[in-house]
Amino acid sequence: MTSEPGAAPIISIENVTRRFGESVVAVDDVSLDIREGEFFALLGPSGCGKTTLLRMIAGFETLTSGTIRIDGQDIVGVPPNKRPVNMVFQSYAVFPHMTVADNVGYGLKVTGVSKGNRAGMVEEALGLVQLDGLGGRKPDQLSGGQRQRVALARALVKRPKVLLLDEPLSALDAKLREAMQLELVRLQHSVGITFVIVTHDQSEALSMADRIAVMESGKVRQVAPPAELYEYPTNRFVADFIGKMNLFEGRAEAGANGVLNVDVAGLGTISVPSQDTVSGSVGIAVRPEKMRLLSDQPDPSMISVAGTVSEVAYLGNESHVYVETEAGLKLNIVVKNDTRTVEPAVKLGDQRWAAWAPGDTLVLRE
Amino acid sequence: MANGPGMFRRRNPVGPLEYTRRAWVRLFLLGTFVFLYVPIGTLMIYSFNDSRRNIVWRGFTTKYYEKAWNNDGLIEAFTNSLTIAFFSTIFATVLGAMVAVFLWRFRFPFKAPYEGAMALPIVIPEICMGVALMAFFSRVGWPSGLPWPINLSSITIAHIAFSFPFVAVIVRARLVGFNRELEEAARDLGANEWRTFWDVLVPYMRPGLVAGALMAFTLSLDDFVITFFTSGPETVTFPVKVYSMVRFSVTPEINAASTILIVITVALTVIAMWLQGRAQAADKKRK
Ligand SMILES: Nc1ncnc2c1ncn2[C@@H]1O[C@H](COP(=O)(O)OP(=O)(O)O)[C@@H](O)[C@H]1O
Ligand SMILES: [Mg+2]
Repeated sequence: MTSEPGAAPIISIENVTRRFGESVVAVDDVSLDIREGEFFALLGPSGCGKTTLLRMIAGFETLTSGTIRIDGQDIVGVPPNKRPVNMVFQSYAVFPHMTVADNVGYGLKVTGVSKGNRAGMVEEALGLVQLDGLGGRKPDQLSGGQRQRVALARALVKRPKVLLLDEPLSALDAKLREAMQLELVRLQHSVGITFVIVTHDQSEALSMADRIAVMESGKVRQVAPPAELYEYPTNRFVADFIGKMNLFEGRAEAGANGVLNVDVAGLGTISVPSQDTVSGSVGIAVRPEKMRLLSDQPDPSMISVAGTVSEVAYLGNESHVYVETEAGLKLNIVVKNDTRTVEPAVKLGDQRWAAWAPGDTLVLRE
Repeated sequence: MANGPGMFRRRNPVGPLEYTRRAWVRLFLLGTFVFLYVPIGTLMIYSFNDSRRNIVWRGFTTKYYEKAWNNDGLIEAFTNSLTIAFFSTIFATVLGAMVAVFLWRFRFPFKAPYEGAMALPIVIPEICMGVALMAFFSRVGWPSGLPWPINLSSITIAHIAFSFPFVAVIVRARLVGFNRELEEAARDLGANEWRTFWDVLVPYMRPGLVAGALMAFTLSLDDFVITFFTSGPETVTFPVKVYSMVRFSVTPEINAASTILIVITVALTVIAMWLQGRAQAADKKRK
């Protein structure tokens, strides 16, 4: 893959802002670099500005301020039909009055590719998305999944520098969605085109993307590869948005020698390995699967707190156990069900210790 | 099995919401139907009546159709009507479609009042429009006595004026269901605005355009009031001609000519409705 750091960005977004009217700031001073050949995801809750940002790259939305460069060229003011990017729309937007082949060939036709040359390219594109032999069909004779493939083929046949996809899987049912996730990744590898996908589904982003930008109300909160995003979120929003997280509020004293002492209400003062020398209020975060549920107090090398089991959700492969401490903290712990038994490992009202290694603790400044 | 296909089945009892299976509802439906169609049906039947006078049935004949065909004045009027309908339909369709696209596409100040004013000719009493147009043509000194078919221009203009709002309303209604992403997809794939308009928007509007055109055609063909006010002595249209003939006596010849007009307008209207229904069904299927 050509997404090693330092490679020239194929899309470079600098201080881009988009306002709607006086009060709505859909995209708020966003700066991002998207590298050539990577599978990039814009992830965030509904209404955070993902679509607006994507549409600004495609040319369907103007910028209030900032610049966007595609392959080094400033494209602000360039109309959508002159940009080297193509888009797969959320509704797929397959032309209903044209056959599948005419749909796929449309982008070639309007740019003057001769009929003879088109036929081969259309066929190849249809093969790429496994729609061989369906070129003569009308869109209303296709399933939703097939129509999406038409939209994909129609964009890919143009060999864009970047393919933009707005929530491409949201209209598919769960089974098809999972299959399509794998297929999009396979497709991206085989064509080698940069993909930028918009999604509100974190598992979709984590499983497909090389890098993810997490957005919140118009701002980019963190850009990182999936594992880094999950294990090292840099702020409370990302920590909470991606996966499950136990979040506490604490006060840090200026750390020294790679150790930070944080005073957390209900936990006491904990010592966390950290290069940070921050002082003041911080967020403390621990993943539920990094916590252990113990019957006895562990040795002091672990951070631990005692409490009562208040909820147990049995999910088959694992159980989500909630432990409430006397001070009112509620901790979520994932227990793997790795022995075959129908006897519950924990019951409501059990007294247990929740414990985790100091190294699994995250300190969040924002 | 007890309820196999060969079994005697009891009649299903009438359900609480099955109004169309109640006797009084059926009677009502029949009553309104009779009320509507007895006069028209009678007119059509008597066009085949073998009698000079239109009172008692004397046997079947088609000679009045022949007679109507050989009536030069009637045929001339019919030709005038078709010519006017043809030209006014073309202009009204283009103008109506353009208005519809503008109203759908752009936001501008006073858009709502403008849209309302556009639809006004649909509800303005025809007699008022007729008088207004007559006054207009005499005020601007529209030339008369020109050679055919240019002498039909004032009637044609009047017909365009009252029929294009119908086209605009029909096309506008069709555009409401348009998915803007289709347009963006075409732009995204490299088409400029003009190409996008022709390749995406026009095909989508087509059922509305056809329905609107057929509507404009029938409106023009059978208009009497406005035409009466804007026509001169040598620009008589079919409805105006029928009116002048009726003033002497209602002959089976008029019945025959009217029957033909009814058949033409009904056929066109049915086609227009069928096209609209088909487009709607196709849209639903697509959802
Ligand atoms: N054309 C528009 N006019 C006014 N507000 C808009 C428009 N498009 C988007 N917005 C607003 O901008 C914000 C971001 O929208 P969007 O980019 O669609 O979010 P997302 O795709 O992340 O769900 C929302 O608050 C939305 O209401
Ligand atoms: Mg969106």
